[in-house]
Amino acid sequence: MGWAIALHGGAGDIPRSLPPERREPRLATLRRCLDLGVAALQAGRTALDVVELVVRELENCPHFNAGRGSVLTTDGTVEMEASIMDGTTMGCGAVSGVSTVVNAISLARLVMDKTPHIYLAFQGAEAFARDQGVETVDPSHFITEENIDRLRQAKQANRVQIDYTQPMEGQPPKDDNSRTGTVGCVAVDASRNLASATSTGGMVNKMAGRIGDTPVIGAGTYANALCAVSATGKGEAIIRHTVARDVAALMEHQGLTLRDAAEHVVAGVPRGNFGLVAVSVSGEISMPHNTTGMFRACATEGGYSEVGIWPDDGGET
Amino acid sequence: MARWAIAIHGGAGVDPNLPEHRQEEAKRVLARCLQLGVDLLRAGTPALDVVEAVVRELESDPCFNSGRGSALSRSGSVEMEASIMDGRGRRCGAVSGVSTVKNPVSLARRVMEKSPHSYLAFDGAEEFAREQGLEVVDNSYFITEENVGMLKLAKEANSILFDYRIPLTGADTCSALAAASEKNHGAGNGMVMNGLPISIYAPETVGCAVVDSTGACAAATSTGGLMNKMNGRIGDSPLIGSGTYACKACAVSCTGEGEAIIRSTLARDVAAVMEYKGLPLQEAVDYCVNERLDEGFAGLIAVSGTGEVAYGFNCTGMFRGCATEDGFMEVGIWE
Repeated sequence: MGWAIALHGGAGDIPRSLPPERREPRLATLRRCLDLGVAALQAGRTALDVVELVVRELENCPHFNAGRGSVLTTDGTVEMEASIMDGTTMGCGAVSGVSTVVNAISLARLVMDKTPHIYLAFQGAEAFARDQGVETVDPSHFITEENIDRLRQAKQANRVQIDYTQPMEGQPPKDDNSRTGTVGCVAVDASRNLASATSTGGMVNKMAGRIGDTPVIGAGTYANALCAVSATGKGEAIIRHTVARDVAALMEHQGLTLRDAAEHVVAGVPRGNFGLVAVSVSGEISMPHNTTGMFRACATEGGYSEVGIWPDDGGET
Repeated sequence: MARWAIAIHGGAGVDPNLPEHRQEEAKRVLARCLQLGVDLLRAGTPALDVVEAVVRELESDPCFNSGRGSALSRSGSVEMEASIMDGRGRRCGAVSGVSTVKNPVSLARRVMEKSPHSYLAFDGAEEFAREQGLEVVDNSYFITEENVGMLKLAKEANSILFDYRIPLTGADTCSALAAASEKNHGAGNGMVMNGLPISIYAPETVGCAVVDSTGACAAATSTGGLMNKMNGRIGDSPLIGSGTYACKACAVSCTGEGEAIIRSTLARDVAAVMEYKGLPLQEAVDYCVNERLDEGFAGLIAVSGTGEVAYGFNCTGMFRGCATEDGFMEVGIWE
């Protein structure tokens, strides 16, 4: 019971040989973001404010695929997307095709709070950001050397093929959560409000204009009075399985527990495709994935906490 | 062998005072498009091809809000969106922010079949359409004189409010606004949909759901979106699980207040209720319309993998038609 929080920095084929210099900065960011979220929950902030706050921090970290550190489109540009949902009001906001807004998640929140719509994209989203006076920067702010390399490698390996169901050619980059990276946070506060937020740069070498699961309510993000879910992985698979809503639908329509619902959904999506973090109104946490690993962290009011990458990374009570 | 069935719609939320001749015109278009689908199904055409062909026909007719006849954005341009889903393998494709492609639903199908992605938007979608050699036209092709007038009315009504769920206050002289401020849901002209008095809101989105005689389900939805929408606004129509969904059990296309449909992931929920609660199609549709739609107004059409058709809506009227293999055929607007 009480508050609970879970966050992720993407699921993927993360090799156990991931060198410490690539592992440690990410784990440190996860710990820092978790602490930030826990402190906010302890201070009585609402779940909605907490997920926005934590995802902003994850976006600002260049090691994850969102905000600064977003992977590049086939044109070498950044097109970020994000969504946020308040389980108490069922209000939601989403943006796609954002290229200058420092924190896409906060723009999604403004779409929810300040427009009659839920979802704005590309120039319309950018124009709205300027109307609202949110912080914007030159698109080069988001582009890291590492992601320029990733795009080059992806192009060499022709990783985005005409038919993605065919086997990929070439070797994946060594720390590869780049194809499937996303950041997200779910929380339930002490007043039993639930919220979820997800943000991403998309998939490396994506076609310009490509929209993934992250901004799609019900696919990458969902929250209601029962649970909050943020998914990460191969966007096309998450969209067609309406992953985030399905966790909630199984709880609602079949009476499953959060853990059973989340595991059922993960089992229904082809292996290697995705992971999710979820919390229930009763403070239960589930973080299943069917990839090699998932950058993740969680904590509950009862004193449990966990920061890890691979399935056997244990938690502490 | 399964039995084929088809359902189509031309939008939910119809002005009860819509002139008789406009009602007749809408019914004629629906009947023609329905017949096209029925003929294709009788000829053994797969469900996916049928929904695309029927929605193309609805897009091409200016009567409804998709393709030619699309509602106009705040800037007076057309930004169309569409999606299509194949119940077999749950493959899907979607597009948003399309401004020159004559048939957005066909572009959505190309995204599904010819790109590694399932959703492309704005310039990227336009570029892909050109690569694929789809028919493109000038944006003005989609703009009808009637919609230019509607946009003007919508702007006068100061519609698309800060929050369309909050009743209008400080009404000025515009009679449409006065009607809206009555906020008398479900009764005559006072009904407001998406912040618009229903007389301005006009017919919406088009869609088609089909099961063919092999039992394959498919759904497609296409729209110009909201009158006076902010540029860049994405509604429910291109969102898989919200406006469109198909799986083995059923195919669904939704229409109405996009934001309410998105919050309730309406199309997927019809399937989820069948799958997880074991309800038959019509009960699943009724459950979703009555229990899942919070305060929003919307409607949907659906077919099941076993050849049933169903529809439901919680607002005044939905332009719709349906037909089944055993000879049932219906075109209607009101309850």
